[in-house]
Amino acid sequence: MDEPESAKVSMARSSEAVPSPASQPPKTNGTQSKDMPQAKDLDSRPRRRADAVFRMLAQGSGVALLVIMAAIAAFLILQAIPALNADTTNFFTTLNWAPDGTPSSFGIAALAFGSLLTSLLALVMSVPVAVGVALAISHYSPRWLAGPLAYVVDLLAAVPSVVFGLWGLIYLVPGLIGPSNFLSTYFGFIPLFETNGTYGKSIFAASVVLAVMIIPIIAAISREVFVQTPRDHIEAAWAIGATKWEMVRTAILPYGRSGVVSATVLGFGRAIGETIAVALVLSANYEITLHILQPGGNTIAANIANRYGEAGNIGRGALIASGLVLFIITLIVNFGARTIVRRGEREGA
Amino acid sequence: MIRPRQRVALGSLIGAGLVLTACGSDTGGSPSSSTNPGGAASITCSSGSLTAAGSTAQQNAMTQWIKDYLNKCSGSNINYGGGGSGQGVQQFTDGKVDFAGSDFPLAAGAEQQGADARCKAGPAINIPMVGGPIAVGYNVPGVTQPLNLSASNLAKIFTGKITKWNDAAIAQDNPGVALPALGIQSFHRSDGSGTTYNFTNYLAHDAKADWTFGADKNWTAPGGQGAKGSQGVAQGVKSTAGGIGYFELSFATQSKIPYAAVGNAEGKFVQLTPDNAVKFLSYAKAAGTGSDLKLDFDYATTDATAYPNLLVTYEIVCSKGNPADKLPLLKNFLGYAASPAAQQELPAQGYISLPDNLRQQVQQTVSSLG
Amino acid sequence: MAQSVHVTAGNSRLVRTQLSRRSLVAIAAAAIAATVVLFVATPLQGLVGFVLIAAVLYILAQTVISNHVEGRRAAINRLVTTLVVACACAAVLPLVAVLGFTIVKGLAVLNLSFLTHTMRGVAEQDPYGGIYHAIIGTLEQVGLATLMAVPFGLLVAIYLVEYSAGRLGRVVSFFVDVMTGLPSIVAGLFIFALWILALGQSFSGFAGSLALAILMLPTVVRSAEEMLKIVPDSLREGGYALGIPKWITILRIVLPTALAGIVTGVMLAIARVTGETAPLLLTVFGNPALNFNPFSGAQASLPLFVFGEAGLPNETAINRAWAAALVLIMIVLVFNIIARVIARFAGVRS
Repeated sequence: MDEPESAKVSMARSSEAVPSPASQPPKTNGTQSKDMPQAKDLDSRPRRRADAVFRMLAQGSGVALLVIMAAIAAFLILQAIPALNADTTNFFTTLNWAPDGTPSSFGIAALAFGSLLTSLLALVMSVPVAVGVALAISHYSPRWLAGPLAYVVDLLAAVPSVVFGLWGLIYLVPGLIGPSNFLSTYFGFIPLFETNGTYGKSIFAASVVLAVMIIPIIAAISREVFVQTPRDHIEAAWAIGATKWEMVRTAILPYGRSGVVSATVLGFGRAIGETIAVALVLSANYEITLHILQPGGNTIAANIANRYGEAGNIGRGALIASGLVLFIITLIVNFGARTIVRRGEREGA
Repeated sequence: MIRPRQRVALGSLIGAGLVLTACGSDTGGSPSSSTNPGGAASITCSSGSLTAAGSTAQQNAMTQWIKDYLNKCSGSNINYGGGGSGQGVQQFTDGKVDFAGSDFPLAAGAEQQGADARCKAGPAINIPMVGGPIAVGYNVPGVTQPLNLSASNLAKIFTGKITKWNDAAIAQDNPGVALPALGIQSFHRSDGSGTTYNFTNYLAHDAKADWTFGADKNWTAPGGQGAKGSQGVAQGVKSTAGGIGYFELSFATQSKIPYAAVGNAEGKFVQLTPDNAVKFLSYAKAAGTGSDLKLDFDYATTDATAYPNLLVTYEIVCSKGNPADKLPLLKNFLGYAASPAAQQELPAQGYISLPDNLRQQVQQTVSSLG
Repeated sequence: MAQSVHVTAGNSRLVRTQLSRRSLVAIAAAAIAATVVLFVATPLQGLVGFVLIAAVLYILAQTVISNHVEGRRAAINRLVTTLVVACACAAVLPLVAVLGFTIVKGLAVLNLSFLTHTMRGVAEQDPYGGIYHAIIGTLEQVGLATLMAVPFGLLVAIYLVEYSAGRLGRVVSFFVDVMTGLPSIVAGLFIFALWILALGQSFSGFAGSLALAILMLPTVVRSAEEMLKIVPDSLREGGYALGIPKWITILRIVLPTALAGIVTGVMLAIARVTGETAPLLLTVFGNPALNFNPFSGAQASLPLFVFGEAGLPNETAINRAWAAALVLIMIVLVFNIIARVIARFAGVRS
């Protein structure tokens, strides 16, 4: 705990995601013990009142946080209802976005599909790489390199998304045309790689940009967890003659698993909510297709950025409705991941 | 618990902030001489402040005019924020801006009624102020002479019915041009925009049979690639062999993208020059009621020197009921914008000036604001 | 794994045959040569593809040969090591490319005048103008967001660590996690729906800082929570033993002990929201002129400025975008450095 890293561990890591090394029931992390040593009888009245006030304040803040989350849902719903009422078509199945048209018609299907597909592809590409980077920093690279490497990765988590978007648009999209052509020519029989013969601003390009953007986040959190692997686990592995990989596989990865899962969830949240960069590299349309190499694709967030400027009254409501769906998706993913992490903890214990 | 080193770090941060606050100035740091000395004569000063928002298409023109105006009248303050036409109209209706810039006139119905309700004393009106030709830019390696593209061919290209540059329909209009057997990659706007509205409006009028998607600020046709902003479309065309897209002329000239002569209603090909665009605008008729100058483009014109693909940005204002502390500045500023001196500045920025007949109507309307 | 008992015997080789560095270089050269052949023979093209294919060939060849020479375990070990190095390169290269790209383009325009002037009355093609207004806007918005998020977040963290034991604590803790994953555009939409549509307020810097505060909150809570947790209980017990009330113990003993670590967390939270574009797009609107007052009227911000200028058809405008992006990265860098300096003192002594 004497390294600067220790402070950063906390950054984005969820408390329960990383089980404290020894304590078996991680649920409350020893918080109860702090309530015990009070000698209530010694407390004088005004002191106890001040204590109660402070306790109320702290608890009130906790409740206020819940209220904010409820308010987010409530106000998004409230502002979305008029638009949803005006929608003459099915909000969940329509492949179209013309809320200000007469008749108003818009649907979330293609957008939600695009959001999920780009984010999942981004995770498929970034998680292995990010875990590799994390391992490189925590256990593979020499000390002189580990520090600067970690620093560069951290710094890049803060590059504004516009910059990634522009880089993707100017360098990545043209650069991916060759590989896409190759994939579709030789592996076109796989539906994913099939194209209509044109290449450019595709779901694939957007996923790569997203992957590059979330690598630093996933890598930073994973690294913090890997670094905390108890020494005796590692030394036990060495002691029985494990190769480095065997040590990593048997000591570091199991220890860091739940941390990597929560890092992945965080990365997913970042990817699915990324707006500007995706709006720049996606060729927005409202079709559902698995042909990720051909131009097309759209996401909820990109659609908000694209349609916000010219949206009328119903248009704004429609965009808020789409934001509500995005909110619900992140809720579901969070629930799912928490369940996985908790189950992992129980089995791993 | 704050240790000395931290104190130094925090202190220097605060110090840097103070320095920053002390040294800045709310100007662009331009060489202070007026860029348009001739224009200064047409400016009548009034004090007060105006805020406006909306169309990004006219943003550069507005910036230039505001600069001219404030150079002469340092006592007043005018701000034009972009954000898009829809945003501008919304904010105008909510009473948050004094006028809005929009690439489309107010739509009859709820939109017009909402704007009227904000003005109370009189209806909200559209005043055309800035014209911008829309270029159809392409990237066809090996082709050096400007291409002729008829409205019908454009409609087929942008709906994916023509897929190769050496398609017989294109070759027929371009005798003597060696067209490559290259796939066409069409680019359109992925965000809602007045450029899309006016381009599709042109196709809807001059290629009725081949363009069935009407005029819409959002791209509704299948196929092609979407790009955010005219910059994105121009960038896409520029970096893609076989690319074609539509954007304001300034994006074509800045990025050195060649652009086509487009077909008019009769099938004649019209070069995109400022004169040809102004010519087309001069045929437009004011279709609004009262002092409203909503324009109706004459897409049916057979004049082969009228370039039929352009966009006009309107200023949306209250015809009556402007607050007394805003009215003089509003009239003076918009009056300057409609003056010959201000309009003459437009071509250098890739816009076109209003034709004289229309410009005089605009001046009259501005002076009648109440 | 019990075979190691045999080590004493002389016939067991402790050191297996290893691939020499020279043979690894030879494998690499062969992989590149094979890739060249592939590129000549098939319609493949592009540098990215070349590097990818060469790397895959090298890894395959190295693993097969290592498996033959060194044995299965060593081969897998070598494979993983190579993959880890490849991952580091694959991740760091594009990231450094993005950064280098911004620095090179940004430095061309960046000068003092750029930092001390605004865009008031500057047309896109004018070679002057600056980002003073955007810097002020960003600092004010982020500052206000910090003022709101930090006390709030600290109280939540104190509640979670010092007071909560029951169900409510678990629920709050869960929703802090959910909030961590909240997409920034949703935070922007929420403030837009609440502050601008429902309450009828105007676009302002404050509206933006509300959205940023929501994004900062979970980060502040989590980092403060972690730091408070590692404050040893003996300190608290010492306080109680002296008859000091719990709230004073927390404020005067626990918090100061964890302070440096908390400040680090806050700094990193600030760094994170400084580059946010999407929520500001919906809330502060942008403004070419200086507006010192974050509570009234549209304000500029650096990320919005970058976004706006980058979409203009003019080279000078686009250059301004890069310079502003560079300034933004430098501001974040400063926050990061401050956080790191403070982190050196973060150790809560146990």
